Amino acid sequence: MSASAKSCSTFPSEPRQVSPLIFLGVAALLICAVLAVSLFAQEKNPFASDPKAAKLGESQFRANCAFCHGLGARGGGRGPDLTRAQKRHGNSDADLFRTINEGIPGTAMPPNGATQQGVGMTAEEIWQVIAYIRSVEKKAPAQPPGNAAQGRGLFYGSAACSTCHMVEGKGGRLGPDLTSTGGVRSVEYIIESIRNPSRRLAQGISEAMKEFSQEYETVTVVTSDGQKIAGVVLNEDSFTLQMMDAREQIHLLEKDKLRSFEKSRESLMPAYDMKTLSEKDLQDIVAFLLSVGSQGGVQ
Amino acid sequence: MKSARVQLFLRTCIALGRLCSLASCFFASSSRAQVTPQRLLDSAKEPQNWLMYSGDYAGRRFSALDQINTSNARALVPKWAYQTMAGGKFETTPLVVDGILYGTGQDDRAFALDARTGRPIWQYQRALPADIRPCCGRVNRGLAILGDKVFLGTLDAHVIALDAKTGNVVWDVTAVDYRKGYSFTLAPLAVKNLVILGVSGGEYGIRGFIDAYDADTGTRKWRFYTVPGPGEPGHETWEGDSWKIGGAPAWITGVYDPPTSTTFWTTGNPSPSNRGEGRAGDNLYSNSLLALDPDTGKLKWYFQFTKHDEHDYDATQIPALVDDGDRHLILHADRNGFFYVLDRAAGKLLFANPYAKVTWSAGKYPDGSPATAKAGSPTPEGNRVCPGAAGATNWMSPTYDPQTKLFYVTAREQCDIFSTAPQLYEEGHAYYGSAYFPNEDAEPFWGALRAIDPATGKLKWEFPHPSPTWAGVLSTAGGLVFTGDAEGNFIALDAASGKVLWHFQCGASVYSSPMSFAVDGKQYIAVAAGSALFTFAMP
Repeated sequence: MSASAKSCSTFPSEPRQVSPLIFLGVAALLICAVLAVSLFAQEKNPFASDPKAAKLGESQFRANCAFCHGLGARGGGRGPDLTRAQKRHGNSDADLFRTINEGIPGTAMPPNGATQQGVGMTAEEIWQVIAYIRSVEKKAPAQPPGNAAQGRGLFYGSAACSTCHMVEGKGGRLGPDLTSTGGVRSVEYIIESIRNPSRRLAQGISEAMKEFSQEYETVTVVTSDGQKIAGVVLNEDSFTLQMMDAREQIHLLEKDKLRSFEKSRESLMPAYDMKTLSEKDLQDIVAFLLSVGSQGGVQ
Repeated sequence: MKSARVQLFLRTCIALGRLCSLASCFFASSSRAQVTPQRLLDSAKEPQNWLMYSGDYAGRRFSALDQINTSNARALVPKWAYQTMAGGKFETTPLVVDGILYGTGQDDRAFALDARTGRPIWQYQRALPADIRPCCGRVNRGLAILGDKVFLGTLDAHVIALDAKTGNVVWDVTAVDYRKGYSFTLAPLAVKNLVILGVSGGEYGIRGFIDAYDADTGTRKWRFYTVPGPGEPGHETWEGDSWKIGGAPAWITGVYDPPTSTTFWTTGNPSPSNRGEGRAGDNLYSNSLLALDPDTGKLKWYFQFTKHDEHDYDATQIPALVDDGDRHLILHADRNGFFYVLDRAAGKLLFANPYAKVTWSAGKYPDGSPATAKAGSPTPEGNRVCPGAAGATNWMSPTYDPQTKLFYVTAREQCDIFSTAPQLYEEGHAYYGSAYFPNEDAEPFWGALRAIDPATGKLKWEFPHPSPTWAGVLSTAGGLVFTGDAEGNFIALDAASGKVLWHFQCGASVYSSPMSFAVDGKQYIAVAAGSALFTFAMP
């Protein structure tokens, strides 16, 4: 469908002779226009609240979207949680359609049909996917019980999150910047990351053509002169290591020149258990991250 | 009068010119002879050239050149790079014939270069329609050469012969309607006077086939459907009408065994790729090795690696024909995680050993081949299975080194969660019937170059990669194996020990299989990475 819509715009310039071709052209244009109007230029989902369409949309979602957005649309390594009522790039049906069809420039979200998986979804299928997303959306807007202002105080204060994490340009560099996290991750994901940070390591640099992103792995090395350095992996290949230590110093190392090299999937971030961080404080921090994230954050 | 004299002068010039060009033609022909079928059979006699995708008919990807060897590999330096400037995966293995390098690029580009300098002689770009159906990237893996022509299969399912001297189209035939989901991505195989190639489209509910075309005219000589129709043996392995959209594409180049005049081709997944419901049965000849008569396209025998596949375990890996005394073998490291050794005269399995983590299979069939376990089927809530959808290996070439007598393969250690996603078939539309996701547990994915002893199936050594890679492997008489990684390194290792001797950072993941050639007595190693073709040699 997206392909035929494209050809609609170029078709009229093709025929040079006045004759049936023009007629065909006009007819095709009309058909295209009708189709385009009926499915592409729509504001509202024609399948809204249609459980059958949502079911079909679930299949489409699994085949086209779940690789990044996870089973059940709850978010994956790369893609945000779509069960959140608040969508980062617009909430209306038309917004969702545009996001799916055109992608979000500057992010990992590709335009429909550009995922190297062929011709992409038809407009009808996109609407089915939207019907599915609506069916799994949390009805009650995720208004966390916590207090965002308190959370801000904890983040920059006694919970010491800002030692390693930055929010809106303020904080440390050792861990991932959390400015946009609240806008894209589920509450469950954020809580898990605080309570059990080693369960799923955060993703760092993604390189063009490389399938898997670098993760925030922990690394300890001893250099040839006996210096011990511990920190996080910024990037790594078979022969070299780029890392940051706890003092935010970047070290560029060749593995065969190291006396020892040890990596761990035990996150450098301490697990904030109930004793370190009460349930109420946790909720406050989550509320803070969500409030920052919902403001769009800084890309 | 005056004009007549001018004309006479001009005519004389033209005649002289013709004579000159004839003479130069004659002299050139002594060094740049046509690539006859006999030359392809005797490729071992000209190790300076790389005459077909896998280097020889046996699929070994072995170069007999030894100027670059274990004692000097550390001194390798880049010599030149050729940039296609195209996005996407650059999967070509170039050919080299008498100093000219022929390659393909993304979106069915083709080019001929001065192999000493990388300077282009001609460039060709197929004008592709906007609505082609490549499942997995707009890739092309290379050319075949025969006579004075090179041949490519295109993403819009054309077979095209180009003049090897000019890049001009000599003939162009439509194999099938691409809008139904068909495409070509592989390098064709030239056998006798035929250009043989198989189709891609296993993600589109196609009916797979292997075609042979007359190299001179482009006339199709035969077509072998990889999914048998009514009345043909094997048809009973499909439920109802499922055979019509049964898939089984043949998207990697075959090999050829001249003594028995047999060409071997491997096939991909049944459609839909990850959902077995609706196509009960073994689904022949999906995920199989086919022994075909190149003259007629008739099937001599087959061996199916994965029966009733639900994990996209295409068997489209290059098989290696290897003779061990009077035993004539086929070595095949399958995407499903098993390394198979078959007797190629009888078409019988000798043994199958896992070379990577495998959970889809439990037990053996009576012939000793790994059996499909019901517990491995995709489920609505998701079922974690190893290897993952990209397989324990994939299309990247393995190599067999006749000096070490080892088989080297790129292994991927990755498991995925396979989930069903029922879907109606729609002509020309992606048709998976399922979805897969990287598993989210803490176990990281990784890869390795593995050296396997074909006598035992046991691992001899491995070199681990930090993440799974899509680079193939080349072995050389210099005692070296070359491979690449997802982090962009191109690496030379000691073939006997697996010790790294040299590496070079290409700046982007290596999605191709390396090759070697020589010009003016100098050996080069070539590999595509990012959008560049790199060559390396001694300083």
